[in-house]
Amino acid sequence: MHEQSIVEALLGLLVKHAERVGAKRILKIYLVVGELSGIVEEAMELYFAFASRNTIAEGAALFFTRVPAQLRCRSCGKVFQSERHNYLCPDCKEAGVDILSGRELYVERMEVE
Amino acid sequence: MGIKVLTVKEDLLGANEEKAKMNRELAEKYRILLVNIMSSPGAGKTSLILQTVKNFKNRARIAVIEGDVASTIDAEKVGTLSVPVVEINTGGGCHLDANMVRKGLENLPLEETDIVLIENVGNLICTAEFALGEHKKVMLLSVPEGHDKPYKYPLMFSEADLVLVNKIDVMPYFDFDLQTFCRAVGALNPSAKILPISAKTGEGLDAWFRWLEDALLQLRKGAHGVSS
Repeated sequence: MHEQSIVEALLGLLVKHAERVGAKRILKIYLVVGELSGIVEEAMELYFAFASRNTIAEGAALFFTRVPAQLRCRSCGKVFQSERHNYLCPDCKEAGVDILSGRELYVERMEVE
Repeated sequence: MGIKVLTVKEDLLGANEEKAKMNRELAEKYRILLVNIMSSPGAGKTSLILQTVKNFKNRARIAVIEGDVASTIDAEKVGTLSVPVVEINTGGGCHLDANMVRKGLENLPLEETDIVLIENVGNLICTAEFALGEHKKVMLLSVPEGHDKPYKYPLMFSEADLVLVNKIDVMPYFDFDLQTFCRAVGALNPSAKILPISAKTGEGLDAWFRWLEDALLQLRKGAHGVSS
């Protein structure tokens, strides 16, 4: 959730980078979204379409690369991918984990002209 | 210009993290301990704050930042105790963020403050995700909510420095097992301290007061624990 405020942050970031190179239009945006970031792609697209009107990002396409949540069990050390926010170790069934990946939320690259 | 590809690799939540860092720097400039108090609605955050303010009259100078979607109810209650208090209405937002807390801090007499207690919006999910610049994250859970909540809200429980179990005075009327709860919290967050209290009867509060005072001392010694 919080796609609205994240889209606002995204627009600011995009405009900053585009202006730096004198670009007049933003065409494509490539985002890396971790499974545990809580982001729903459709919600981002919806808010982005609305918030980007009358900006140089209007009409830009969003592309999402999903990063799965990699967890490491604190009890037995097993590294596993979480399924649907399940934090229990599949081997020893303990609940203590370290999050190795899955909380990412960043702009990888963008295409401008 | 033709089409150009720009490598960005920039975090989208970076802005809040930056502002949180600045809040902490501001607090440390005045040697103030910032405490973020989070819980579900009705778990007892305001009651806890009222008890703390009353008890700390001669121990340390407390100021309060109240966060709510709407109304000034909590700030008014705190205001009756004659301590500096600021109410932040998010107008629909489900959590306080670093920007809002900054505005709150700028409206408090920082030169005359030792501890700022931040009462976050009642919410177990979003409040855990947004850094405010706090030194300590205190999470409050009340007995009627049940002992299985750690499994359901893992982020909140794994981020907390201290977990307070409130309303222990009504434990006989609910199926709340404290041992089960402590085990669940311990699995997610082995370093979190757990204290059973009743903000209503005062039971267990001394341990909370001592913890808070100790956190302030640690900060002043320059050895404060990092919250996030």
